Amino acid sequence: MAGLTLASPSAERRLPYSPWRETWRRYRRHKLAVVSAVLLIGLAAAVVLGPFVWRIAINDIDFTARLEGPSLAHPFGTDDLGQDILARMIYGGRISLAVGLAAMAVSVIVGTLIGALAGMSRGALGHALMWLTDLFLSLPQLPLLLLLIYLFRDGLKSLFGPEGGIFILIVLVIGGLRWMPVARLVRAQFLSLREKEFVEAARALGASPVRQVVRHILPNAVGPVIIAGTIDVAAAIIAESTLSFLGLGFPPDTPTWGRLLFDAKDYLDIAAHWALFPGGAIFIAVVAINFIGDGLRDALDARRVI
Amino acid sequence: MAPLLEIKGLKTHFATDDGMLRAVDGIDITLNKGETLCVVGESGCGKTVTAMSILKLIAMPPGRIVQGQILFEGRDLVPLASRELDDIRAKDIGFIFQEPMTSLNPVLSVGEQVAESLRRHEGLSNKDALARTVEMFKLVQIPNAEARVHDYPHQFSGGMRQRVMIAMALACKPKLVIADEPTTALDVTIQAQILDLLQDMKERFGMAVMLITHAMGVVAETAQRVVVMYAGKVVEEADVDSLFESPRHPYTQGLIRSIPRIDLDSAHKTRLEAIGGSVPILIDPAPGCRFAPRCRYAFGLCAEKEPALREIAPGHRMACHLGEKQGVTP
Amino acid sequence: MRQYILRRLLIAVPSLLGISVVLYTVLALAPGDPFAELATNPNVPPEVALALRAKFGLDDPVYLRYFRWLAAMVQGDWGFSFVSRMNVDTLILQRLPTTLYVIGSAQLLALAIAIPVGVYAATRPYSIFDQIANTLAFIGFSLPTFFTGLLFILIFSVTLDWLPFVYSTDVKGTGIRWLFEQIRQAIMPVMVLGLFQAASMTRFVRSAMLDVIRLDYVTTARAKGIGQARVIVKHAMRNAMIPVVTLIALQMPAVFGGAIVTEQIFRIPGIGSLLISSILSNDTPVVMAVTFVFACLVVLFNLIADVLYGWLDPRISFR
Repeated sequence: MAGLTLASPSAERRLPYSPWRETWRRYRRHKLAVVSAVLLIGLAAAVVLGPFVWRIAINDIDFTARLEGPSLAHPFGTDDLGQDILARMIYGGRISLAVGLAAMAVSVIVGTLIGALAGMSRGALGHALMWLTDLFLSLPQLPLLLLLIYLFRDGLKSLFGPEGGIFILIVLVIGGLRWMPVARLVRAQFLSLREKEFVEAARALGASPVRQVVRHILPNAVGPVIIAGTIDVAAAIIAESTLSFLGLGFPPDTPTWGRLLFDAKDYLDIAAHWALFPGGAIFIAVVAINFIGDGLRDALDARRVI
Repeated sequence: MAPLLEIKGLKTHFATDDGMLRAVDGIDITLNKGETLCVVGESGCGKTVTAMSILKLIAMPPGRIVQGQILFEGRDLVPLASRELDDIRAKDIGFIFQEPMTSLNPVLSVGEQVAESLRRHEGLSNKDALARTVEMFKLVQIPNAEARVHDYPHQFSGGMRQRVMIAMALACKPKLVIADEPTTALDVTIQAQILDLLQDMKERFGMAVMLITHAMGVVAETAQRVVVMYAGKVVEEADVDSLFESPRHPYTQGLIRSIPRIDLDSAHKTRLEAIGGSVPILIDPAPGCRFAPRCRYAFGLCAEKEPALREIAPGHRMACHLGEKQGVTP
Repeated sequence: MRQYILRRLLIAVPSLLGISVVLYTVLALAPGDPFAELATNPNVPPEVALALRAKFGLDDPVYLRYFRWLAAMVQGDWGFSFVSRMNVDTLILQRLPTTLYVIGSAQLLALAIAIPVGVYAATRPYSIFDQIANTLAFIGFSLPTFFTGLLFILIFSVTLDWLPFVYSTDVKGTGIRWLFEQIRQAIMPVMVLGLFQAASMTRFVRSAMLDVIRLDYVTTARAKGIGQARVIVKHAMRNAMIPVVTLIALQMPAVFGGAIVTEQIFRIPGIGSLLISSILSNDTPVVMAVTFVFACLVVLFNLIADVLYGWLDPRISFR
């Protein structure tokens, strides 16, 4: 009885909600996040389904239509070889989004493993892993990224082909340089949950360490990790575009968004559209993902601000 | 003689996700010059919000003074802008907070934190303000005051920090000091020292003190007059002797019965009584007396009509339907 | 305080060593021989190539090669750039001031925007100003520097023709004229980098201020009647800056990334554009050295942040 009188009316009202509906309810309150989700789904659908609707090949050269502005025949205009920019952007968008998702997967997997390992071991290993995490946080990412690609691209190119090799390299390197926030979050969850009653209860009941981790600790870290992972997708898209923009990413004939900008930058005065469309696409994808991350933060983890 | 502070019909509400929280819901408190008034009640009864409302120290938004007057020396503080209140803060009304551990700024030296109000209100130079600060530190018995003014809060113990807070509140010799649970966060032995110090200072400077507490023991030791608050309302008000001798409101009786008595021998000892239940949520409170759900004497009228505060003896007021009804006295 | 700085310096040494190990491991793991093409490079006389192979002891065990490399780096012997035909350290020292000038100005610009905007937004949470500032900050750090750079060139150089879009080392003119041109050509790169930084910094400042502003000691300060401005600046801001310093230090690697891109767009002759051009021309000693210099700069800025941290927070330096 006493417990009932203590419960606040709001807590009773929310009781029948499932956690996912509660999450969705809170996410929905962030208007820009909802708009961003729609925008991102639209963008993803466009690059996945685009080639079935827009059937101009990415390397159709047409010298009679060089550097043309947007028109019905070429909604996003053409480049210096008369190639259709819309078709090239659809192709490039697939690569950008794929790199973003794959690099995020790499960083989340590596981060979770290292974080879990550091959280479980109380001794020297835990300290060493956290030192490694701090070390990686202070590495200059872009120079290192450039160095790695400079040193390894020829080797991988010969193994997996020019596009596949670079894809694997970029994903591994970007993901491999961004796992630290996830590792820190997972470790923090471990440290705070390790001594909590329900984990101790599981331990007392004889649950194996692996079972404790998988069933009881990791699910509690899911919220913060999803948020960090979302931000990672945006960061990876920027990183890939930056590499391409510097002329050091995918091979020149692969029209990623960053590469389109790289090619367009010397024609800004006569063909601004060539730079504006891919640049706009990168911006929209990144800002949408960041807003989604912000909405997820409101929905999953109301306390954290950064 | 006009009272120093007169709170009339004060309502301070807070906007929350679930509705308007009526933290203080129409209270009257009067405080005379040089008097020590204790405001007592459980956590969440609105006593701190009342104190914070006087100098508008509540967070606004979400908090808001929706109604009432706060007359200080006859001047209403409620309509004043923060800029105008700044001339009264610390100068006329000093404030001592509950948590000495968190109420001092960790990155400024304690001396600077006292000296800055001296510079603001007394127009002192850096040097004079520091000298006065050292003087104040000596008054509140901080040993080695000359050196310690340059130290930072983390170099002080809880009791010493509360002495710094007292020095800060008294630095400009205010006419009124509001002390919000000044001893709650301290060790028992230190509590007595701090209360003694407050008493000393009051005698020396002749200011009025509004002491907010939940401990009846503190009330008995320090107060001249007592206001008992419950769920955002004043339920009883009396001078300290009549309150302890003949408490009239069932809630006050409960509070007094919950004090352990070591002065009685074991034959007279009774079981310590607790008041069942807890303070109600103050969002959309039910009509009627707010204490009724926990009151052992509650009857029909209590759930329907809110009892008004009325004078039952000279200087003794309370808000309860008992006694209006024939033949029932608690 | 001095002891604290000394301890921080000692902590920085293992990080630098760690970074050097990472860099050298990367180099050692790289497939192929990074010096192989020296033999086929017609610009390099064969005896120089051989001397180089011998100097780097390419057939020794890897840890020996690492220590030798490290010893050479510490002594300032960073190798020879065959493309620029000069010592790597001279080359980098020539370029470094320009980079530091651009990064430094951008940081100052970012602070000048982020602190007032973040603080003001935090004192009025969820007001119109706060919402606009927040949205702009979000857009700001979602706009990649290479795109803002191109947009700026498009607007201020191509369309309006106000600012030059190529940074030149030998500015014409003397006196005031020279200074004016010098500033004029730096405006766009500094804006691109500074605004990007300001966006994330504004969010740091705002959230740190929001955390601090509701603390007890801020209420204590308000009870002293010293005025709203003084409460915010003297009591709240000083405390809010403590976490902000750490966050800004954590951002430094990203700032250097932005600097490389900015230097490339505006053709600023700093170490960032040097890195790109050396990669494109396979100039391995320069690539390694520049990467290491960037790593050192990050560690240096972390060190500065630590010192600031100790200065801002008396609890740290007394410990």
